[in-house]
Amino acid sequence: MADIVAPAYRVIPIIPALKPGAMEGKGPFVSGEKMNEDLGFPGKLVEDWHDKAIAKMGELLGKYRSLKVYMDACVHCGACSDKCHYFIGTQDPKNMPVARQDLMRSVYRRYFTLPGKLFPKLVGARDLTREVLDEWHNYYHQCSECRRCSVFCPYGIDTAEVTMAARDILDSVGYGQKYDIEIIGKVHKIGNNLGLPAPALIDTMEGLEEDVKEATGIDVRFPIDVKGAEVLLITPSADFFAEPHIDSLIGYAKVFHATGTSWTLSSMSSEAANFGMFIGNYEQLRKVALRIRQAALDLGVKRIVVGECGHAWRVAYSFWNTLSGVGDGADQNDKFAQMLQKQLDHRYKQPTHICEFTWDMIGKGALSFDKEANDKHIITFHDSCNVARGSSMGGYPGGQFDIPRNIIKSVANHFVEMDPSTTHERTFCCGGGGGLLTDDLMDLRVKGALPRMEVLKKVVDEEGVNFLAVICAICKTQFSKTMPIYGFDRRMVGGVHQLVSNAIRLGEK
Amino acid sequence: MSTLFAILFYFATLVLVVGMIYRISVYTRTPAPLKIPTTPAPINTSGVVLRMTREVVFFESLFKANLWTWGLGWMFHASLALVLMRHLRYFTEPVWAWVAFIQPFGMYAGITLVFGAAGLWARRLFAERIRYISTPSDHLMLVLFLMIGISGLVMSFVAHGDVIAVKGFMLGLMHFDMQTLPSSIGLYVHLSLVAVLMMIFPISKLLHAPGVFFSPSRNQADNPREKRHIAAWAKQLESES
Repeated sequence: MADIVAPAYRVIPIIPALKPGAMEGKGPFVSGEKMNEDLGFPGKLVEDWHDKAIAKMGELLGKYRSLKVYMDACVHCGACSDKCHYFIGTQDPKNMPVARQDLMRSVYRRYFTLPGKLFPKLVGARDLTREVLDEWHNYYHQCSECRRCSVFCPYGIDTAEVTMAARDILDSVGYGQKYDIEIIGKVHKIGNNLGLPAPALIDTMEGLEEDVKEATGIDVRFPIDVKGAEVLLITPSADFFAEPHIDSLIGYAKVFHATGTSWTLSSMSSEAANFGMFIGNYEQLRKVALRIRQAALDLGVKRIVVGECGHAWRVAYSFWNTLSGVGDGADQNDKFAQMLQKQLDHRYKQPTHICEFTWDMIGKGALSFDKEANDKHIITFHDSCNVARGSSMGGYPGGQFDIPRNIIKSVANHFVEMDPSTTHERTFCCGGGGGLLTDDLMDLRVKGALPRMEVLKKVVDEEGVNFLAVICAICKTQFSKTMPIYGFDRRMVGGVHQLVSNAIRLGEK
Repeated sequence: MSTLFAILFYFATLVLVVGMIYRISVYTRTPAPLKIPTTPAPINTSGVVLRMTREVVFFESLFKANLWTWGLGWMFHASLALVLMRHLRYFTEPVWAWVAFIQPFGMYAGITLVFGAAGLWARRLFAERIRYISTPSDHLMLVLFLMIGISGLVMSFVAHGDVIAVKGFMLGLMHFDMQTLPSSIGLYVHLSLVAVLMMIFPISKLLHAPGVFFSPSRNQADNPREKRHIAAWAKQLESES
C-alpha cells in the first residue's frame, strides 16, 4: 500500500474538473467459484450471461418500484453530479451519480423502452456488451451506497438502489465481488463476518472481562448465549477484536453493567453487519437477518439492541421488521412475525440502537459520568452515511443526528462540529462503505476519503480537534487505515461508546 | 389542414392518456419491498404529503443541490404551469373566472418559460459535467420546449392569430364537431410541436412528472419499526421456509 498517496486538498472546495477514464480498470477481485456456489450463484461468468443479465434486470424491474421509477424518471439535470465523494476524490466522470446510473440506464433504455429500441443513439441507449459488463463490475464497485446523491435529487433517485441492482445482476451471472461474497459465506457458515468460531468468541469475552477488571477493579460481564437475558446485543464482529472497535464494546458492556441490564451476545448470531444489502440480494439479506431472529427466539430475549455499525443499523432499523419480524405492528394473521413480536417488550422500540439505549438511560438518570476523563479529547462527530440517510433514532426525524451528539456532550466537555455542508443528512461517506472495505480497492478508498479529510483538517487546524467520533465499524476501520495517509494519527478515530467507556461511573450512581 | 390537425390531436391525446395510464399502472403494480425513505423522513402519511408537496411545488431537494439549476428549473416549471392554465381559455366556454384572471400573468410566463428553457440549455451546453451526461434527446427536449414557447410568444406579441377561431376549433374537437383552424404557419408549428410533446410524454424522461410521486425514497413514511412492511413476493419466501 506504500505507493498509494492521498489526493491534494482543494483550497476552496470547488467542483473538480473531469478526468475521463481516471478510474478505468478491472475493478475489485472477482469472487471465486467455490464461494459463489456456496451462495447459490453460478461459479464463474456463464456462457449466456447476456440473456441471463437482461432477464435478471427484467425481473428486478418488476420486483422493485425504486429501480423501475429511477430508470425512467432521471432528466439528467445534474443536481447529483458533484455530490459523490468518489467523484470528488477521483474526478472520473463515471463516478458522478447520474453517470453511474446511466451505465445501467443506457442498457435499460435499449432493452426495455421503445425509443431505445428504435433510436438508441438519440436517447443514449446501448447494447449490453462484455465491455459494458466489465464497466459495471468496475464502477458499481466504486459506489458505497451512501445515498448522498439521493438527498439532492429532485425525484429522490437513489444510486444505491441502482448499484444494488447491478451487483445483484452481476452475481446472478457469476461475476460478483470477492470481498462481499466471501464474507456472506462466512456469516452463513460460522455466524459472523470474521469467521470467528464460538470457542474463540467465548475466549475473547473472558479476556475482556479480565482486562476491564484490571483497569477498573469492577466485574463487568461479557455474557454469551445466556437464555432468558433481557437484551440480546447484536454488534459488528469487528467489535470483538479490532481497534478501536473493541473500546466501544467495552463501553456497551459498562452501560449494561451500570444500568443493571441483563444482556447477552449470541455465538450463533454474532454479527450485526449484513452484506446482503451491499450486493442487493433480497434472499441473502433475509437469510443473514434470519439468524438474528433465530437467536432472539432461542434465547427468549425481550429486547434486541444493535451496536455501533452504520449499514447494520440501516438494515436493523429499516429492514429487520420486513425481513425477520424484529419490530412491531405485524398483522394479526402474520404468524411468522407475530411469533417473535409477542415475545418482545414493546415498551421499547425494537430493535434499539445502543445510542438510543444509552441516551434513554442518561435521561432516566441511570448513568453518571466523570466528563473530565475525556478532557484530553477535543471531539468532533462524523455522521455515518447509513445512519444519517437510511435510518433514524429516537422515533423522530433527525434523532439519528441528535442522540449520538447528546451522548458525546454528556460524557465529554469539548465538542465541535465540522462544516455543516458535510454533516447531518449531507454527511460524506468515509470512503469505505458499501462493501468496498477491501485492500484491492485501497486506492479508491483513499481518494473517496478526501472530502471528509478536508473538513476534518479544518477543525484540526482551527479548533485543535484530536478525536473523530463515529458510530460505524466500517468508518472506524476505513479511517484508521486511510487517515495516516492524510497525515493524521490513526488513533484519532474512535467510537462514541469509547468516550462513554472513558467517563462512565461504574461503582456508585 | 384542419382535418389533419384534428386527427393529429385525437391521436396525440390518445397516446398521452393511454400511455400515462399504462405507466402509472405499472408503477402502482410494482411493489416496493423495503422501506427506503431518504432520512430524516416524516414518520406518518401527513408528513409525507407535506414533504411531497414541498418537493413538487418548490423543488426542495434541487434547492439544496444547486441554486442555478433550481432557479432556472423552477422558473421554467412554474411558467409552464401558468402557461398551461392560461391555455384553458381555449377549452372552456364560458371561460372560468380564475382562468380569465391569470391571462396577463400567463402572457409574461411565456417569456420566463423561454428564458428558463434557454438557461437550462445553456447549462447543458456550457457546464462541463452537465454536457458530459447529456444525450442528444436531452438537448432536443429543450429545443422542443423553446420552439413551442417562441412560436407561442410570436403569436401573442408579434403576429397575432385569430384566437377566436382557434378556440372554435378546439371546442369543436372536444364536441366532435369539426371547425376550421385558421391557416397560419406560426400556429401550425406551435400545435404540431405540442402534439409531438404529448406523444413522447409517456416514453421519455418527461415521466419524471408522474415518477416523483412514486419515488419510494420520497413517498414512504419512516415507520419501519412501528409497522411491518412486506411485499407479496417477499411474503412468499416465508411460506417456503
